[in-house]
Amino acid sequence: MRVNFTVNGRKQEADDVWEGESLLYVLRERMGLPGSKNACEQGECGSCTVRLDGVPVCSCLVAAGQAEGREVVTVEGLADFAKQREQAAHAGGCASGACGTSGTSGTSLDAAQQWSAKGTDSQTGEGGDLSPIQQAFIEAGAVQCGFCTPGLLVAADELLEREASPSDADIREALSGNLCRCTGYEKILDAVRLAAARQAETVEAS
Amino acid sequence: MSNQTSPARTPQDLNDAITGGIGDSPLRPDGTLKVTGEFAYSSDLWAEDMLWGATLRSPHPYARIKSIDVGPALKQPGVYAALTHKDVPGENIYGLKIADTPALAEGYVRYQGEPVALIAADHPETARRAMEKIVVDYEVLEPITDPERAAHDDTLPKLHPEGNVVRYQPVICGDPEAKADVVVSDVYTLGMQDQAFLGPESGLAIPAEDGGVDLFLATQHLHSDHRQTARALGLPAEKVRFTMSGVGGAFGGREDLSMQIHACMLALHTGKPVKIVYDRFESFFGHVHRHPAKMYYEHGATKDGKLVYVKAKMYFDGGAYASKTPVVVGNATSLGTGPYQVPNVKIEGWGLYTNNPPCGAMRGLGAVQPAYAVESQMDKLAKALDMDPVELRQRNAVEQGYTMHTGQVLDSPAPVAELLQRLKDMPLPPENRTEPADVRDLPGGVSNTTHGEGMVRGVGYSVIIKNVCYAEGADDYSTARVRLEAIGGEPVALVHSAAAEVGQGVDTVQQQIARTELGVERVTIHPSDTQVGDAGSSSASRQTYITGGAVKNACEAVREVLFERVAQRFGESPADLSLSGGKVVSAVTGVLADLVDVLGDDAIEETREYHHLPTYGMDPEAGQSQRVHVQHAYSAHRAVVDVDTELGLVKVVQLDCSQDVGKAVNPDAVVGQIQGGSTQGLGLAVMEEIQVKDGKIRNPSFTDYLIPTILDTPPMTVDVIEKADPNSPYGVRGVGEPPTISATPAVMNAIRNATGLSLTHAPVKPEHICGS
Ligand code: FES
Ligand code: FES
Repeated sequence: MRVNFTVNGRKQEADDVWEGESLLYVLRERMGLPGSKNACEQGECGSCTVRLDGVPVCSCLVAAGQAEGREVVTVEGLADFAKQREQAAHAGGCASGACGTSGTSGTSLDAAQQWSAKGTDSQTGEGGDLSPIQQAFIEAGAVQCGFCTPGLLVAADELLEREASPSDADIREALSGNLCRCTGYEKILDAVRLAAARQAETVEAS
Repeated sequence: MSNQTSPARTPQDLNDAITGGIGDSPLRPDGTLKVTGEFAYSSDLWAEDMLWGATLRSPHPYARIKSIDVGPALKQPGVYAALTHKDVPGENIYGLKIADTPALAEGYVRYQGEPVALIAADHPETARRAMEKIVVDYEVLEPITDPERAAHDDTLPKLHPEGNVVRYQPVICGDPEAKADVVVSDVYTLGMQDQAFLGPESGLAIPAEDGGVDLFLATQHLHSDHRQTARALGLPAEKVRFTMSGVGGAFGGREDLSMQIHACMLALHTGKPVKIVYDRFESFFGHVHRHPAKMYYEHGATKDGKLVYVKAKMYFDGGAYASKTPVVVGNATSLGTGPYQVPNVKIEGWGLYTNNPPCGAMRGLGAVQPAYAVESQMDKLAKALDMDPVELRQRNAVEQGYTMHTGQVLDSPAPVAELLQRLKDMPLPPENRTEPADVRDLPGGVSNTTHGEGMVRGVGYSVIIKNVCYAEGADDYSTARVRLEAIGGEPVALVHSAAAEVGQGVDTVQQQIARTELGVERVTIHPSDTQVGDAGSSSASRQTYITGGAVKNACEAVREVLFERVAQRFGESPADLSLSGGKVVSAVTGVLADLVDVLGDDAIEETREYHHLPTYGMDPEAGQSQRVHVQHAYSAHRAVVDVDTELGLVKVVQLDCSQDVGKAVNPDAVVGQIQGGSTQGLGLAVMEEIQVKDGKIRNPSFTDYLIPTILDTPPMTVDVIEKADPNSPYGVRGVGEPPTISATPAVMNAIRNATGLSLTHAPVKPEHICGS
């Protein structure tokens, strides 16, 4: 079958998709977006977390056909997604930055067409801006092998979108579906706290 | 490489503009790639016209193969190859220490999940379906599943020609029949733990024009994989080229081969690139696990708490193939007293073949098991003596200069008593929780099983000893190539080694060393591959020590060439020269020149090895050796738990660690290693166990094999001390493994402290606590 959906603001189409193929498989193997990871294919690890119309889902559990006509954000588009959200927040006068794309409506079509994933210059790591949560993960040492990182970033970014200053218990609850085998989670908590604190500062400054 | 083909997404130079030398905590050079999703893990690789490989595995723990018919599979559209042991071009046998493992089963299958046949097809689902069409006729045999019996019962069938004992090793010192005032004993069992790295086994093999093959893969040890694979392929080493791709964690589980030979066979056979990626289910069968153990321990002490003797017998279930079983026996017996002074010792260790899943390397190799038993015994002894458990440990702690039961003298700092003291002096979390308690902080969490009723708190300590680097005569050296040149008006160092970056941060450390040694900022890490010498494995907490040493040596060699040049040009003595901030500085006349000017168009490149101090085997009768281990490392933990005694649920409230790391080359990464290691140890104490019944794994999924989530993991205070080892580069001491070892018994002791139960099995299950 053929499936069409929007990924990171760009229309994508995949042909010859088998009935049983997951959204994760189509993203990774048919659309050249292997950033979302496959660590269990059973909905247990969260490595494959993406936003589907704004809602974080395990893309390994979503049949590709279910994404038809919908909007997907993966780790590859996270930086632009965050930037666009911030711009929308400023334009709309939303002080917290938390009302840009919440709910199930996701990115408005208008906004979606204004941006598209550009990616970083992978030779230097420069060029593409990182979202605050990506930057915080690097700085806080929340990345070791990094296999859990894409899913955690998507989940943590969504948490900060709806909860500007989460408590530790909130962070733990929001990230409880994302396994990490390397870090012991302490530095992941540090990273989310750091991103939240920075977000608060930006809001105060503006 | 002229005839090397690369996949579309490929491992690349890491050259982010990051600064920071030894003792700083610079950012990871792969950090940006990892947070943007661009980092090329081995499962992300892709090549034009690529096929998918799949592995048919044995459903039986033990069976004779009467016949295999791949014909029906080959008839499926989209299937390009179906291979069996007959298609293994070279020797169909490999192994880390003992070559006993077939690449594809031949004659017998000895464990459930053993690879029997391979498929290559144009879609993973096609491959899976074709696999089901292969007809294997098995004569099912009675599996051997009890390792203790395998050690002593000669009537059992021999799983391998040499019998079922992989290794027996006694260590005897003093008078093993010594008598003591107070005696405690018990039998402890430890379950089979899985490494559960998140990135499953995977790789992409690309056939090359020269008849060879290039494999892009995730591994802990490129050269070991490479040697074993080339032999099985029957190809000369230079026709088999391995390149490291992104590794999603390892923890010992990537020390043995998994898909390496298979992917190469399929690629060579079909003439097309072949990718193999295991799913989680297959991963549970596709790598070795931690050896489960049964341990009989008896400790004798004087009335005032001085240890008089230790007697122990330990049985390690190696499963169907040897893997690292001999090393587990060596480590466990040579470290089997724990970090304590014991004048009289008799420890015996057996490593066995059975038809259970094969066991091999996992973080804390061979030290995790006895540490759990010994630290349980120490608490039991403290109770019998009515003594504080920390004080008992301190009273018996080894120190620098102590002669271990193997005869090895501890020749560098051994701050065991101090580590315990530092932990004891740390504040405890408050007893009184907020009212009403947040259920998320209680045993059972959001299942909302208790609001504090039936809940007791416990505190437990432990301290452990672990060897660093390979032991008993192994020369696990490392090699580094360092090139210094001027690029775009800036001095740049390129470091090329085969050290496996598995997440631990060895790439960062190599950059830091080069920055410090060469006084430059820009250091590029070349992808690890087999075009440079062996670096040894990313295991045994050894890479910062050994590859760090190799990078240091290579940098020094580069510096020497450079200083000769400068000395000639400026008439200075090389001994007076140093490098700093991209300049050559003389102790006599100050800044002499810009490094860039001295280098000109002329790169300086040197390759050097680093070899650690020689070690020696343990004698077979009494386990004596002048030096079994290169270095010893120590860590201590304190765990605080809340236990719901009615439901048997445990909440680890706090897990603090104090560890000596010799020299923290990257202090933040050290803390990250300790937190991650502690969490794996916590998992082994309260949840992680592969359930094996009649040789079969019953829980091969993350639904049934649980690893700690962020909700299970408590705040962890990490206290790092640095007592330099005079024998190691920069004084470093291995970091990665010790915290995994000491966390488990600390949690177990805390649960004992809360409940008064003896808890002779780890992990603790609810029924062990509430008795039903
Ligand atoms: S891969 Fe989707 S939850 Fe694990
Ligand atoms: S960093 Fe390796 S799994 Fe999280």
